Amino acid sequence: MSLISFFPDWMLTHGAAFLVVVPLIAGAIAAILPKRQIAAALTVAVSFICMLTSLLLVLQIIDGQTINYALGGWDAPHGIAYVVDGLNAPILFLISAIGFLVSVYGMPTIIAEVEPKKRAPFYAAFLICLAGLLGMVVTGDAFNVFVFLEVSSISTYSLVAMGASRDRRALTAAYNYLIMGSIGATFFVIGLGFLYMETGTLNMADMAVILREMEGGSRVSEIAFGFIIVGLGLKLAMFPLHTWLPGAYAHSPSMVTVFLASTATKAALYLLLRFVFTIFDVSFNYVFDVEIYLLAGLGMVGMILGSLQAIFQTDIRRVLAYSSVAQVGYMLLGVGLGTAAGLTAGYLHLMNHAVIKGALFMALGAFWYRYGITRVTDFNGLSKSMPWTMGAFTLGGLSLIGVPFTAGFTSKFRLVEAAFLKGWWWAVAIIVVSSVLAIIYIGRLLLAAYFQSPPEVNGHVVAKNEAPLLMLIPMWFLVLLSIAIGINADIMVDLAEGAASVLLPISAGATP
Amino acid sequence: MNPHLLLRVVSKFLIPLIALYAFYVQFHGDFGPGGGFQAGVILAASIILYALIFGLKEAKRAVPPSFVRILMTIGVLVYGGTGVVTWLLGGEFLNYGVLNHHDPAHGQHWGILAIELGVLITVASVMVAIFYAFGSRQPDLSDEDW
Repeated sequence: MSLISFFPDWMLTHGAAFLVVVPLIAGAIAAILPKRQIAAALTVAVSFICMLTSLLLVLQIIDGQTINYALGGWDAPHGIAYVVDGLNAPILFLISAIGFLVSVYGMPTIIAEVEPKKRAPFYAAFLICLAGLLGMVVTGDAFNVFVFLEVSSISTYSLVAMGASRDRRALTAAYNYLIMGSIGATFFVIGLGFLYMETGTLNMADMAVILREMEGGSRVSEIAFGFIIVGLGLKLAMFPLHTWLPGAYAHSPSMVTVFLASTATKAALYLLLRFVFTIFDVSFNYVFDVEIYLLAGLGMVGMILGSLQAIFQTDIRRVLAYSSVAQVGYMLLGVGLGTAAGLTAGYLHLMNHAVIKGALFMALGAFWYRYGITRVTDFNGLSKSMPWTMGAFTLGGLSLIGVPFTAGFTSKFRLVEAAFLKGWWWAVAIIVVSSVLAIIYIGRLLLAAYFQSPPEVNGHVVAKNEAPLLMLIPMWFLVLLSIAIGINADIMVDLAEGAASVLLPISAGATP
Repeated sequence: MNPHLLLRVVSKFLIPLIALYAFYVQFHGDFGPGGGFQAGVILAASIILYALIFGLKEAKRAVPPSFVRILMTIGVLVYGGTGVVTWLLGGEFLNYGVLNHHDPAHGQHWGILAIELGVLITVASVMVAIFYAFGSRQPDLSDEDW
């Protein structure tokens, strides 16, 4: 790969650790910086470096290789290993790229949404959150996952709470998220404890080998699996465990909403994939049952009920938040199918959804930034007062519905195909119904924006007031990216197939 | 007469001993139970005891909150910086062996001491910062209210 030659040799070996260490140290520095501008510049620079580093990692693993990095020189399974393979490298790139776009996007919004004294700590928390998310994806050590999960979660709670100067409800939302998130993390670590008791190791690869030798292990590993699924389910907003999500998305600062929607649940979903397919194995009876009945089942229930709830919301950010719950359902359905095609589709939808939801939440943040809009009824005439932002929202919305030539279509189409291959025709019906519901909740916003006239204030029609360029550029970048994926998804499909092949090695074959 | 006279005299005597014990735990961590986290908590406890007996205002004068905030960062930087130094010397992140090129075992000693120092600084300052944050929410009790 010729692109690799642009990177220094040192990065080829140390890239995996560099990716986590740089934002972590930068976060600590940002906490004491006196001025917002310096902290913002540091954040943009660091997230850009992270993006390049993770791009390098993707380039390195694209041929099916695996990078193993022994932290501190202690080899696995005794030391902590950072492992980059086809499954987590694209997620790393996704997280750091979204982190970069969001930190550019956030420069104007932070001034409007976070009180002056808290701006430098805000950036510190953001960088630490980025480090935590990257860390939990890159690490090959199960307990290290928990540590980074907490690093990212705790910084996320404070990020959500910083929306309080814009909307006091952010405090209750953050508290709610804190309680739910802590329960999730506790369940996860209890599960890890059981798993450690059963296997005597914390290294993921080592655990996988031992569990296969034991052919699934005793009841202890079944309990461990149950706890881990519930813990991760809370973090990734699996249907009945999603109650923290709408509040956290609706009341946090715009920049945080975009970042959370595009990365946090995705990182947790990656962990679910890692645990269900790599550490445990679908050939174990209990894993197979959970996969087919719980993940696929709850995924489909979430697709319908999440979309239905989205229709009846009055707050626009809640509309999209419930839509996220539904979209997680699509991904879980892909996981639940358990075939290579299903996993590819689910993984593809994971990446596409991050792009689409990122763009949509960026547009919502811009609406608030200019007009203070938070309610569905305020959408009237937005196509005239903010044409560019509304254009981005429209294209993003169409992509969310799954109109042809958009990213949403590519992944939904593959999901439908995979469901047909498996013979789950009723799953196809549910995908279609959920998409129709998406037409309703997005369409109702678009109708108001295009066919109503802008409101009048003191007898004058509200003047046109476009969002600043710093917000428009990342927004349109994501929108155009989603269109580009819709037209030619080869790169994404290659990455998704690479991930699926890590999850289902050819020798093991697809599940029955 | 001051109602807290006894408390003040005893704690004046105890506080330096507690702080000293913190450093004992810190450096003994190399050979036995102990280490940066425990030492940091003990060190912070000595400052918190000072705040409880002499009042938050006095404690903040002795250990200013801005100073605590900077120390939190410095601790992380000492920890992360050790890792960066091992990188610069050509090893993996936090591979202390490269710190001494004659004998990796000595390098391991130095590395763990540096790391534990970072942990001590951060844990102690975070403890104090949390105490300040909670303590500052309500006005101090005046002596008459006791």
